[in-house]
Amino acid sequence: MGGRDATMVLLDKNGIRCDGRKIDEPRKIMIRAGGLKNADGSAYIEFGDNKILVGVFGPRDVHPKHMSNTDTGILRVRYHMEPFSVDERKRPAPSRREIEISKVIKEALEPAVMLEKFPRTAVDVFIEVLQADGGTRCAALTAASVALADAGIPMRDMVAAIASGKVADTIILDVNNEEDQAGQADMPIGYMPSLKKITLLQLDGVLTPEEYKKCVDVGVKGCEIVYELQKKALHDKYFGNRDD
Amino acid sequence: MATVSVIDQLKKTQILELLEQGKRIDGRALDEPREISIEINAIPKANGSARVYLGDTDVLCGVKIQPDRPFPDTGDKGLFMCTAELLPLSHPTVETGPPQPHVIELARVVDRGIRESHMVDVTQLVIEKDKSVVGVFADIVVIDYDGNLFDACSYAATAALLTSKTPTWEMVDDQPSVVEGGEKQLPVSTIPVSVTMGKIGNNIVVDPNGDEWASMDCRVTITTDSDGNICALQKGGSDGFTQEEINECGDMSVKVGAKIREQIKSAQQEYQQNG
Repeated sequence: MGGRDATMVLLDKNGIRCDGRKIDEPRKIMIRAGGLKNADGSAYIEFGDNKILVGVFGPRDVHPKHMSNTDTGILRVRYHMEPFSVDERKRPAPSRREIEISKVIKEALEPAVMLEKFPRTAVDVFIEVLQADGGTRCAALTAASVALADAGIPMRDMVAAIASGKVADTIILDVNNEEDQAGQADMPIGYMPSLKKITLLQLDGVLTPEEYKKCVDVGVKGCEIVYELQKKALHDKYFGNRDD
Repeated sequence: MATVSVIDQLKKTQILELLEQGKRIDGRALDEPREISIEINAIPKANGSARVYLGDTDVLCGVKIQPDRPFPDTGDKGLFMCTAELLPLSHPTVETGPPQPHVIELARVVDRGIRESHMVDVTQLVIEKDKSVVGVFADIVVIDYDGNLFDACSYAATAALLTSKTPTWEMVDDQPSVVEGGEKQLPVSTIPVSVTMGKIGNNIVVDPNGDEWASMDCRVTITTDSDGNICALQKGGSDGFTQEEINECGDMSVKVGAKIREQIKSAQQEYQQNG
């Protein structure tokens, strides 16, 4: 998260972005369901240069006990970045940014998980960002959905997530780190494609009302691409020819 | 606020039943915010301040302006920071101790709305490049709670910043030193206005009060600037919006925000005429 490089060309005259992508092209995404031995469910995602690991435990007893709810299960999410995941070392203790992201990811997942089936229990989602390169919250949310499904927790849908944004006066899909730093707007979106519901939405940067609607639309379409990769990851593990 | 009591459940049923007839529990229209009262310069010792009542929600923002060291990568810009705190006297469920996630979110959403609108022109807040800059700190405390802290805190910070006066500093012996008689208005441009909308059942209501806040399924806070552009957004709560609802909320935030911006402006003008 360095300073802004004024010399960088974010979008050239042929509509090609600083990392060679077209305006509506996501970065290379690889999702793998499973992988952790002890967790009840897990997933690993590489989203461009982001590398994120998610482990899910539960439904299990709630500690401390007073947090438990007799009507429904609870979801707890911890989003955490490793000190070595960014350019300048990050202090290991949770920052205010990480606490906020944990909360928005939790609220993005809650509509998808049938927590009411497990009163008095907790489902814990641990997200570890091993390497960060812009768009970690979307990649983390995408992987967390796969990990919850991998844990066999009943779900209404999976949440797919990606960011849209504005760079060089153009609405683009999947904002990378450079575009986030030097671009005009960044809008992370989490979306349940089967239920057609937006469960995570944030924006920073200035957009006209028309650009705002276009940004939401581009993001929702991007989520549909991510959704297919999530389903493929689960399919590969449970019906494919993978060794584990 | 986080815990749902039996009363809240009963109220939620009542709120939903009323909304099905297009009515709200306090008689407002769905797109109507509560009455806003803005008292500017409530704390004369601060460089700027405002106490805002949004219905029965009561918040106070004080702005302090002082020299600070710049961030290493932005030596040509001053600092702007906004914090928020729920005072223990504001609600029975508020506890002392480290801030809870919902309070951290509140502070960050209010900060982001003002920051992303570029209201405070930080490029004019440099004393000596890479060495010393001016820091503007808008600290907000919640005094009484009746829902929608996002907007109440945002209006208080905006009103306080609009009417803040800053001293001028110059470097003397490598240290910032106040210039006598150099007090001037803080360089501010656009007026960001946040509008929070709650979704209860299939209804979207503007500026949820405490009972509606406890009953809603999810919410979205959208900040617009003086040009009618959208500059920040935060969705929260344990449900989702459809794409159409999000578009509708965008339009509503521009429309409602424009009216509230006029109220903030007239409070500013009234203060400046009398001051």
